[in-house]
Amino acid sequence: MTDLTYSDIPAGKNIKPKLAFDDWIMRAFIAMISLYLIIALALPLYSMLSKSVATYHFDLTQFEFQVSDEEGNFSGDIKTAAALNDEVNAYGPEDLAAGSNDRLKVTAFFPDFSFRSPVLYKIRGVTSDAVYIYGSERHTGPEWNEYDSNQFRKIVLRPIASFGLSNFSRYFSTPSLVRSITNSLVISAISTIITVSLAFWFAYSLARSCMRFKGFFRLIAMAPILVPSLLPGIALVYLFGNQGMLKSFMMGESIYGPIGIIIGSVFFTFPHAMLIITTALAISDARLYEAAVTLRSSPWRTFWTVTIPGARYGLISAAFVVFNLVITDFGLPKVIGGQFNMLAVDIYKQVIGQQNFEMGAVVSVVLLIPALIAFTIDRLIQRKQVALLSARSVVFVPKENPKFDWACFVYCSLITIFIAGILGVCQYAALIKFWPYDLSLSLKNYAFDLMDGGGWAAYRNSIKLALLTAFFGTIVVFIGAYMVEKTHGFRTGRNLFQFLAMLPMAIPGMVLGLAYIFFFNNPSNPLHIIYATMAILVLSTVTHFYTVSHLTAVTALKQMDNEFESVSASLKQPFYKLFARVTVPVCLPAILDISIYLFVNAMTTVSAVVFLYSTGTALASIAVLNMDDAGDIAPAAAMGMMIFYTNVAARTVHAALSRMLVKRTQAWRSR
Amino acid sequence: MAFEEAELAVSGSPAERQAFLKIDGLWKAFGNFFALKDISLEIEKGEFVCFLGPSGCGKTTLLRAIAGLDIQTRGSIDQDGKDISDLPPSQRDFGIVFQSYALFPNLTIEKNIAFGLENTGVSKQKIAERVNELLELVGLPDQGKKYPAQLSGGQQQRIALARAIAFEPGLLLLDEPLSALDAKVRVSLRHEIKELQRKLGVTTIMVTHDQEEGLSMGDRIVVMNHGVVEQIGTPTEIYRHPESLFVADFIGEMNQINAVAKSAHSVVIGNTTFKCAQHDQPSGQTVVAAIRPEDIVPHGEGARSPGAKDIKHTPGNTISADILDMEFLGSFWRAGLGSKKLGELRLIGNFSINAVRRMDLGVGKNIEIEIPPERLRVFGDSVQVAQE
Repeated sequence: MTDLTYSDIPAGKNIKPKLAFDDWIMRAFIAMISLYLIIALALPLYSMLSKSVATYHFDLTQFEFQVSDEEGNFSGDIKTAAALNDEVNAYGPEDLAAGSNDRLKVTAFFPDFSFRSPVLYKIRGVTSDAVYIYGSERHTGPEWNEYDSNQFRKIVLRPIASFGLSNFSRYFSTPSLVRSITNSLVISAISTIITVSLAFWFAYSLARSCMRFKGFFRLIAMAPILVPSLLPGIALVYLFGNQGMLKSFMMGESIYGPIGIIIGSVFFTFPHAMLIITTALAISDARLYEAAVTLRSSPWRTFWTVTIPGARYGLISAAFVVFNLVITDFGLPKVIGGQFNMLAVDIYKQVIGQQNFEMGAVVSVVLLIPALIAFTIDRLIQRKQVALLSARSVVFVPKENPKFDWACFVYCSLITIFIAGILGVCQYAALIKFWPYDLSLSLKNYAFDLMDGGGWAAYRNSIKLALLTAFFGTIVVFIGAYMVEKTHGFRTGRNLFQFLAMLPMAIPGMVLGLAYIFFFNNPSNPLHIIYATMAILVLSTVTHFYTVSHLTAVTALKQMDNEFESVSASLKQPFYKLFARVTVPVCLPAILDISIYLFVNAMTTVSAVVFLYSTGTALASIAVLNMDDAGDIAPAAAMGMMIFYTNVAARTVHAALSRMLVKRTQAWRSR
Repeated sequence: MAFEEAELAVSGSPAERQAFLKIDGLWKAFGNFFALKDISLEIEKGEFVCFLGPSGCGKTTLLRAIAGLDIQTRGSIDQDGKDISDLPPSQRDFGIVFQSYALFPNLTIEKNIAFGLENTGVSKQKIAERVNELLELVGLPDQGKKYPAQLSGGQQQRIALARAIAFEPGLLLLDEPLSALDAKVRVSLRHEIKELQRKLGVTTIMVTHDQEEGLSMGDRIVVMNHGVVEQIGTPTEIYRHPESLFVADFIGEMNQINAVAKSAHSVVIGNTTFKCAQHDQPSGQTVVAAIRPEDIVPHGEGARSPGAKDIKHTPGNTISADILDMEFLGSFWRAGLGSKKLGELRLIGNFSINAVRRMDLGVGKNIEIEIPPERLRVFGDSVQVAQE
């Protein structure tokens, strides 16, 4: 009975369901949003990967020369550049290995060359791969071109691309670059251990004690999310730098280096870890604790046998998230790292400092590996966490215990002082006239227009970027999630989309930015027009923060009855009516959450946009970086705090708006 | 009979009479798993049909195929003379009610009911009138301004029903509509739905795993198991004349007794030959003999259970048995019966309260029990119930 196969059922064609108009529209939407992710994510990454295996060298056998006599008659031999080079030894093998932007001067092949000589030169490429450049004219192919000696000195050869792993072997044989791998791993691991330990006790205090001011503590602990990751670096410079207020605390050690990076990383990753662990602790079952009490287990034993196992997935997940944040962060090590190299900074140095894009791509690939591993493990664990959540449990309500509550209070106060202190120092630094010589207060550091970095225009650009990202991002993300969650059939398209939607979380911002350069800065790409505009910044920011937004939307949509679509279809109503009148209003809280998430991150991100801004689209977070780089640390702090206050304002508006909208449109929630 | 004649008079010759819903050779494959295997059935206009079976038997799959929500792999469905096999739900003519109600939580009751009436060229006033009429019909007038969450489960399900019938669909599909409700509400809503269906005359298909629900509501019942139709018939047909051991076991209770066929009218149980209902199992074949607990007649001082008045006394089918245990179930007693003639076998008998009182039955008492031959049915195969 149960071992039927297709051959057992009567011959005939399978029924091919007719598609309703709705189905076509929905498929069109899935296709469009998949296309978005392919263009904004898959193709750029592909260009980057292919760039990392692209090597360039000058193939001298591909060019041929002929030199005339002084009367201009071409009677001499035609010689390849290789032959000429053998005769005169102009270039050694290391000169012939090149980057894509290197050029080779041809005059070196002719030792007696003089630009005043009446001799004429002919040049051609043997194949169409051989390219030489005269001034800005590009020439290729076997047509001979004739130049006088004054013109001839302007001719350069272009390298030829080939594919192979030689970039990687060059990378791994450069000790200064390879050291960054260990540096990054060690710094990330230490920061992870410290952050997760601190955040665990903080979350534990919030969940399991009866201390006062829990709301306040939680609020302050979340503040680091609202500032760029490099801001704590600036505060640390003021506190422990060469002229720092508390320099003596360093006992001779320098804050510029691992110590600074670790302290700053703990600051900016703390809220992420705390949120995850708080969720994990919130789902533990009170009945287990009651059982432990009735079995006369000591609190210590209960902690290790009930609390920790219950929160283990949260702890592991928090660890990987923090690890990923630290290893992919670029702003902080840039500001406070000193001579201490990390992978993300290497990408920046290779690309911006040395214009070596291939090596930048190689470092990106190296950085992708730990990021991808951490991401994969985190996803696997999150899945298990969900399974725990669905269990029916009784909510744990803490009981008063003065000693314990007091200890928790002191601990949380210390953490809060650390976080508020860092922010306070930044604000103080921003308001002081000239540290440490003139401590009078002034607003002169806010005269951004007088400094490099983009001035107030950069700040306005940032707000524009944040608003555009929040607006378009929310629309794209929510519609995408709806199509994936609520359509039937078209499985391949939906699976591809799901995969692409999860991918951005694993891609470090620097890597995405570099990938965008390769993809969008290619003149043969029709999308080249958005390069160096606000559009590419919006595109990269939405894409960089796509995954978390997508998951928020999917979670909200999963809570909706799957039969709504069936009922609506049976009532012969188009899907967009249901979408507009039911789906969107019911999911409105989640939609607002997505938009504020995108807004805040667009304000603070550095890594996703650092390669992509141009003079017209400088951003506040980039201005912080550049002003700090130029030594204008106080204005950098001032700009950083502007970002902070903007985000605080945005969150306040968001909270007020949510409350109002919820009141008006979610009346049905109250019974 | 009179009803059928009337219908014949209207629609002419029998050949022209067409079923309202005609399902022919339906298969549904999920990968290599077949959820429906060659299902064919016809449903008349105005009929209330229940798809009954254990979970996983394919009844919901069949309903969703009829609705176009999960279209079948093979086979055809005709509704009202039109082939709808490959049409999307929006191009079919049905209203549907789900176990979860699926009421739109952010719309008021009124707007929920009006959802399918909008954009159909009906004026706002007409829609409002229709909504009030429907609210009246389901017994919830004056609740229109509330939100679904403010109503009880039973009330929400009535609103879901009102929404489904608002645009007067030709077919009403009910997918386990009562399963999420409390026992009491379930019973009362059962009657209301049936009453409403009769009043409107709408052809209705209800999916349920609750046999009591199926028996009490359906004009006809389609019993399904493992993706095939086991039996189609009226509730009494299904109950009285189950065509397979599965049906016998799934609908109501059944004593199942291993036996050996002797002749077309007799089986051997233990070491005793019993007369039984006619069967076509060959002599010597191991079979399962089945009798419902309420069909076992206790004899003491000539008394009989009221349920078996129509059955003739058959001395050969009467054996002596001991009452091993008794359980009071409110409206009757359930007795565990053992007999030397049956060997190790135990039978369950349901005895009326009256009989127990009259015969003074109790644990340990020895009585005569009669197994009426017409009620002792013989099946060849052993029962296969779909896994939960």
